[in-house]
Amino acid sequence: MAFKARGTRLKLGFPAWGLLFLALWMLPRVLGTEEIPGHNSHAKEGFQIVTFKWSHVQDPYIIALWILVASLAKIVFHLSHKVTSVVPESALLIVLGLILGGIVWAADHIASFTLTPTVFFFYLLPPIVLDAGYFMPNRLFFGNLGTILLYAVIGTVWNAATTGLSLYGVYLSGIMGELSIGLLEFLLFGSLIAAVDPVAVLAVFEEVHVNDVLFIIVFGESLLNDAVTVVLYNVFDSFVSLGADKVTGVDCVKGIVSFFVVSLGGTLIGIIFAFLLSLVTRFTKHVRIIEPGFVFIISYLSYLTSEMLSLSAILAITFCGICCQKYVKANISEQSATTVRYTMKMLASGAETIIFMFLGISAVDPSIWTWNTAFILLTLVFISVYRAIGVVLQTWLLNKYRMVQLEIIDQVVMSYGGLRGAVAYALVVLLDEKKVKAKNLFVSTTIIVVFFTVIFQGLTIKPLVQWLKVKKSEHREPKLNEKLHGRAFDHILSAIEDISGQIGHNYLRDKWSNFDRKVLSKLLMRRSAQKSRDRILNVFHELNLKDAISYVAEGERRGSLAFIRSPSTDNIVNVDFSTPRPSTVEASVSYLLRENVSTVCLDMQALEQRRKSIRDTEDTVTHHTLQQYLYKPRQEYKHLYSRHELTSNEDEKQDKEIFHRTMRKRLESFKSTKLGINQTKKTAKLYKRERGQKRRNSSIPNGKIPMESPTHDFAFKEKELEFSDPEETNEYESEQMSGGIEFLASVTQDTATDSTTGETGSDVPLTGYSSPREKLPSWKPDQANPTSGPPEKPLLLLPACLQRPWTQNYSSLDNRGISTLPPASEYTKPYEGKPPETSPKTNSSQKNPPPANPGYGPENKGDSANPKQDPPAVGLKEELVGPAPKALPEKRTLLNMHAHLRSAAARRVQSRRSFHRPKPLRYPKLQKLASLPQSCHILPHSLEQEETQL
Amino acid sequence: MGSSQSMSEEVRELVSKTGFSSDQIEQLHRRFKQLSGNQLTIRKENFNNIPDLELNPIRSKIIRAFFDNRNLRKAPNGLADEINFEDFLTIMSYFRPIETNMDEEQLEHCRKEKLRFLFHMYDSDSDGRITLEEYRNVVEELLSGNPHIEKESARSIADGAMMEAASVCVGQMQPDQVYEGITFDDFLKIWQGIDIETKMHVRFLNMETIALCH
Repeated sequence: MAFKARGTRLKLGFPAWGLLFLALWMLPRVLGTEEIPGHNSHAKEGFQIVTFKWSHVQDPYIIALWILVASLAKIVFHLSHKVTSVVPESALLIVLGLILGGIVWAADHIASFTLTPTVFFFYLLPPIVLDAGYFMPNRLFFGNLGTILLYAVIGTVWNAATTGLSLYGVYLSGIMGELSIGLLEFLLFGSLIAAVDPVAVLAVFEEVHVNDVLFIIVFGESLLNDAVTVVLYNVFDSFVSLGADKVTGVDCVKGIVSFFVVSLGGTLIGIIFAFLLSLVTRFTKHVRIIEPGFVFIISYLSYLTSEMLSLSAILAITFCGICCQKYVKANISEQSATTVRYTMKMLASGAETIIFMFLGISAVDPSIWTWNTAFILLTLVFISVYRAIGVVLQTWLLNKYRMVQLEIIDQVVMSYGGLRGAVAYALVVLLDEKKVKAKNLFVSTTIIVVFFTVIFQGLTIKPLVQWLKVKKSEHREPKLNEKLHGRAFDHILSAIEDISGQIGHNYLRDKWSNFDRKVLSKLLMRRSAQKSRDRILNVFHELNLKDAISYVAEGERRGSLAFIRSPSTDNIVNVDFSTPRPSTVEASVSYLLRENVSTVCLDMQALEQRRKSIRDTEDTVTHHTLQQYLYKPRQEYKHLYSRHELTSNEDEKQDKEIFHRTMRKRLESFKSTKLGINQTKKTAKLYKRERGQKRRNSSIPNGKIPMESPTHDFAFKEKELEFSDPEETNEYESEQMSGGIEFLASVTQDTATDSTTGETGSDVPLTGYSSPREKLPSWKPDQANPTSGPPEKPLLLLPACLQRPWTQNYSSLDNRGISTLPPASEYTKPYEGKPPETSPKTNSSQKNPPPANPGYGPENKGDSANPKQDPPAVGLKEELVGPAPKALPEKRTLLNMHAHLRSAAARRVQSRRSFHRPKPLRYPKLQKLASLPQSCHILPHSLEQEETQL
Repeated sequence: MGSSQSMSEEVRELVSKTGFSSDQIEQLHRRFKQLSGNQLTIRKENFNNIPDLELNPIRSKIIRAFFDNRNLRKAPNGLADEINFEDFLTIMSYFRPIETNMDEEQLEHCRKEKLRFLFHMYDSDSDGRITLEEYRNVVEELLSGNPHIEKESARSIADGAMMEAASVCVGQMQPDQVYEGITFDDFLKIWQGIDIETKMHVRFLNMETIALCH
């Protein structure tokens, strides 16, 4: 898009402007006034408050306007899905360009705007190619590199030679009439028309969605054939200027050598700059804001450098993008990566839009048109036919070596997808009219060819692909299994190649990835980035993140996380479970839901909660869930302007947080549901039913309620359940902690589950504790002798390390209770009304584990202290009982947490607890407690005192 | 080719059994002798001499697969102490690329065979099930190449994958339902839609390879 400014252009152009930019109606009129003769003299008279200086801004203004027009056109196209689904955008843009060009021409009778090679090669092409390189699926690309290279090199040479020679042959036969074209000119034309154009291919194939292999072959070819095109073009161009008779064999050899120099040199430049770029981004930690700039500037420099050295610039920038992507993506921050992604896409898509539009506009210029029907038609025929022949021949050759065969259908699409585009046009415009007499014929033929391929073939390729039933690319959700198996494959295959002693593709890839890991990554990646750069980890991370996000999204959709509360209705769970594996966004929500809701609902505590959906529960749960998932949902950003700081890194933290939590959730739910560790129906049911009496049961040891025979049962069941509880967490505990607690898992498995899944427990060392549990049935008889201790013991079955902070005091409490407490019935009664209330608490504390170990001590103390503030009469008893159910959840909690979350959540739980206790007695007790020394083992003593008072 | 005329009965038999061409068999035989040190059988230790294998994180699993009776189609479980050339070829034939002229049924069979090999690799105790433990094991090994991934992450990834497998294979699970492990049928389900044929293959060259020099 060169704006060849001519003196008179503006004046003549007004009507055109008016037509073109109806929206900018004011402009031409104002311009008109500017041109009024008297105006200038007026201006001289004094200081002008407002001056109108069109010529001052003219060029950038026009450029901006054109870009605006092109962009607006895109909007308009996409208003109608029907049109864009049938007609490729590139074709629409060309047509639009033709129309606009026609308007300009009608007004001006001069082709004011054309696509000049300079603008095209320096400003429009690089972003498109960089985009292609930077987002190149590397594995696919290198996996098919041989094929791509063959098509790009041999195919292009073949096309150029055959087209040129055939045209020459036909010319000799005289059909075209008298033209002053020699053989070299024909070959020159052949070489510039031979190359498949990356811009056109990308534009069309992106909308067609053929399968990956096919796409990468056509697209890769279009990118890599640039070197061939450049060399052929330069060689023949210089031959033409030399004159046919002076070309020697040496020149031909030089031409061949220059091909290797140009292509390999360009590639090398690209790789060098990619290395530089990766290295630079490694150190941009403190200048995050300009980080994305490096990506563009350095890649652009690679382009310019190789242009300067007359190497293949397209190859340079392509390989710059291909090579740097891994390291750059790892090095730059999340935000920068997004910026790069969007900027690149924006530039590329903008450049593409402008290119096609200006191709259209450029065509409206009678001065370049020289019509020669035979030449033009034959060119069209030859390029199509020879492309097809070339593809078939090469594919035949390739299929002997390829694992994935290219079938007839693929070949058809490949031949048909050989679109020519702006590169050919820019090259043909570059020709020197003095040397190439028939330049205008070449130009007009090229335009026709480009239009024909882009519009006609672009239009028809989609129906063709559908008609031929070409394998389409399918968008797959990333799956962990797939990735893992894929990784396993890589290793297996390379191992097999090692063993069978062959140097194959896998062998090379394996060696490369080893080299990359050992040397390149260490050199080019930030240390922090090196860690997280594993594909599998990424997929895992992604899945988790998606889970978390859609979990929250789902909550919002249903309104205020209501669904979390609704575990009271069983169907939600069922619905979620029945949802098949999702592929769409909506589905992924349900998938996520399935995962997470199952956590919520299949959770021991939650099962019970379904029955007793009490406001309080819901609130607590919702609150905690909110707190857990919507970590600082509306955090306030500091609205301070700073050029160098974009945002705080809260987002990242949040992500991480969500990630960690969801990961746990997933694991948790996995353990509890899929491995069926502890949730046999029976226990669950019983559990639900008897939950309320739980506390009482744990007081059985006192032997005060032996008459209630069912309670024994409950007690037993309940204990089972209690054990299953910590067990659930156990899995990830073991990840976090040394595994001292793992015996719990095996214990529960033995007792609570009938399933024979030994998996979870198998790696877990059993400790001495397990034996009482295993003999669980055997102590059932014990209940006949209610005063015996054993039933108590299970409750103390905690990992030693975890027990310490509070079980200690708890156990001592218990013992005391056994020995001193009065009949239980009295105590249990007041409590019986409460179960719903306390259970929510345990629930919540279990599900949203508050605090973590380190700081837990004091808080925990507070927790256990609170109950103590209950009415003295009931208080103690409840104390004994109350903490029991709570104990395990909290233990579990201990393990889960993030330290920094801890205090808030814990406090909340705590405050809730205390809130529900009878208030009057609270303060006195508190004071009393406060006066006591604040350490764990003191507590029992304080209780003792209370007991004695009782 | 010259070799085809001198093809012995033995080789012909191997050709029909494994589907390799006689050239490939010759090629592999040379490699076999190289590995075994001109013995008739290969033992596990022989594989340790392959320098390139050293870096492979799952090499033990792969080597084991060579001696796995299931893969050798000899017994439902257990490991062989040593394998002869025919066994070697049997294992290698799992990685043969699919023929272009295969019909649907053969393709399916080929696919299953390939997957079975993989499955056996995961299912180390030959009970027909990949349990979580086994899966974790594999994943840990698989990721052990990356020193930055801790064991815990590997484990949780395995757990996540297992969970995914469970959701794919069983779909609706009752709360108390237990997913004990991936059976071979489940394994096939997981692989549905991924054309393993195009993935699990190695190009066995007909000609002399450069690799022979080491």
